[in-house]
Amino acid sequence: MTTSWNRIPRVAHAAEVTLNRRGQPLPGASHPLLAYGLGRSYGDVCLNPGGSLLHTRDLDRFIAFDPDTGRITAEAGLTLDDLLRFAVPRGWFVPVVPGTRFVTLGGAVANDVHGKNHHHAGSFGEHVRAMTLRRSAGECLEVTPDDTPDWFAATVGGLGLTGLIETVTLQLVPVRTPWMRAWSQRFDSLDEFWELDARAEREWPYTVAWIDCLNPGPRGEVGRGIYSGARHATTAPARSQYREPRRAIPLDPPVSLVNRVTLRLFNQLYYRQSVHPTARAVHHLPWLFPLDAIRHWNRIYGYKGFYQYQCVLPPHAQKDGMQALLDAVAASGQGSFLAVLKRFGDRAGPGMLSFPRPGATLALDFPERGNETEHLFRRLDHIVQEAGGALYPAKDARMSPDLFRSGFPRWEEFASFVDPEFSSGFWRRVTK
Amino acid sequence: MNRLQSVVILGATSAIATAVARELAEHGARLFLVARDGERLEPLLQDLRVRGDDASGTRILGTTADLADIDAHADVWAQAREALSDNIDAVLLAWGTLPDQEACNTSVATTLEAIHVNGTSAIAFLACIAPDFEQRGRGVIAAIGSVAGDRGRQSNYVYGTAKGMLATYLQGLRNRLFFSGVDVVTIKPGFVRTPMTEGFNRAGALWAEPDTVARGIVKAMRRGRDVAYLPWIWWGIMTVIRLIPEYLFKRLKL
Repeated sequence: MTTSWNRIPRVAHAAEVTLNRRGQPLPGASHPLLAYGLGRSYGDVCLNPGGSLLHTRDLDRFIAFDPDTGRITAEAGLTLDDLLRFAVPRGWFVPVVPGTRFVTLGGAVANDVHGKNHHHAGSFGEHVRAMTLRRSAGECLEVTPDDTPDWFAATVGGLGLTGLIETVTLQLVPVRTPWMRAWSQRFDSLDEFWELDARAEREWPYTVAWIDCLNPGPRGEVGRGIYSGARHATTAPARSQYREPRRAIPLDPPVSLVNRVTLRLFNQLYYRQSVHPTARAVHHLPWLFPLDAIRHWNRIYGYKGFYQYQCVLPPHAQKDGMQALLDAVAASGQGSFLAVLKRFGDRAGPGMLSFPRPGATLALDFPERGNETEHLFRRLDHIVQEAGGALYPAKDARMSPDLFRSGFPRWEEFASFVDPEFSSGFWRRVTK
Repeated sequence: MNRLQSVVILGATSAIATAVARELAEHGARLFLVARDGERLEPLLQDLRVRGDDASGTRILGTTADLADIDAHADVWAQAREALSDNIDAVLLAWGTLPDQEACNTSVATTLEAIHVNGTSAIAFLACIAPDFEQRGRGVIAAIGSVAGDRGRQSNYVYGTAKGMLATYLQGLRNRLFFSGVDVVTIKPGFVRTPMTEGFNRAGALWAEPDTVARGIVKAMRRGRDVAYLPWIWWGIMTVIRLIPEYLFKRLKL
């Protein structure tokens, strides 16, 4: 059964078709279509219950690369992993990468993904120079930000609903080495986080913070954590061999390994890890993609799966809102394994449904515990909606139509660009 | 160690052959690719030229030909020699189809067609190129067989017959060319996630990815291995399967 990364929901598809080449006619059928790449989104944004999935993993060919300008064109099923392997030795880097490199170009566009460098580089869509979009009626649209701005704004962040993204042209950024300079520092409260962030974001193009949402800091409030910043290094360290460790969770444990005891222990240990207040050299792989080193890490939550809850709060509400969210999580006793807090830069994403926007974003993982989990999510939803924030469709399996509409006010404008033959579980759920 | 600097790949658009070609292109090899379908070959050549930093397309070349057509073989080989300036380090035979055993059971023509595509046509090509290698006195010839060729089973013995015939031919060729310094490599993949096996239930630990198998093929060709089971675990599995006495084996539903 094809699922997304968190394994919720488990749904059946009427058909699954592998696309092998560009220009292949889309299957005509009585049920709706949706492209599926590596399934690294969470929830039903990449699922199409009762409909057809178009597997794009074999659409992974390079088409053109200009080594002088760093502009690359490739089929949309190419992974960021493949792209980085190609680009880094040639002195180029993907301008925006999410927390895993096992996503396709098409998926990165469709979700307008962001990275730890959002305050510096914006979202993925800002670096896309062109796309080809195959529509179910048979035509193939050439979509660019200048010539077809409306189609561009609909397709970037368009959740794969405007048609099949077949090729993507991306502007890479130059780097000197595969290495980064990185530092980290503990903080005891959210107040300290905001102070640190205000100073660090000017100097460090990549920043992110991990929060311990179980254990209070010395002043009794939840919000202690570790802040990290990094930039691409201009020189490699003297002993610059790096081999990524290859570990894997070999099988599904019968029950979730994430529970109150393991969480508290993990969070204590994580908080106590050594920090590096002065910058040191680290390879880009472990710094940008720490979880990629453990294959199938989603298995730790067992067969029943887990939820991710990622929201963004606007600047005027971010401080109080984040504290309220963390307090609600702490009060519920359902701590999250990893809580990640990141302040977005001042610009909104280029898509009508782009998630990145000015403000701060918090991401939390929770094992599936039925009503207890849903009860907590309702409280969090309430805080997000009151603050004028939004949930991230790529990480959502349950938001209400009402919360979607308030978080993405351009959704009706977007709906007019949706291909009549395309749909997803997510789209049917939030527009009903 | 064999050099793999200029390589001919036949049946290049198959998933395994494509992965081999990518690995070689990324290491700067000169390639000549042959495939039946030009609409699939062109995008692959384009992809390999980007990976191989060959924007002008001088090192990575190809042509379309139906390799099941034995009459085309001499011409394909002449084109390959010309494209790689008559300096070929290695050849990989990778064309083939997975026939529907049920259909073969009721059709003599389907059976013979499957044996021709997977067996006879490959042997014909090997027979065509062997004298060249013999004369040159170096290089490596590799062909993709299958674990299915190790023992006939009711579920796919027509395919197995063709691959088994190919394996025996390669054995003899290996013996013949040994004395002139040419390596002949028999590749025996197990279950691989490719379009060929699309209809199968591909859950389980025995299914390998095309790039994993491709890395094994490149390594086996470099080292001039005789027979390479890929992944290696299939050597153990097939040893057990070969050892089951026939009077028991015929009762199994495999």
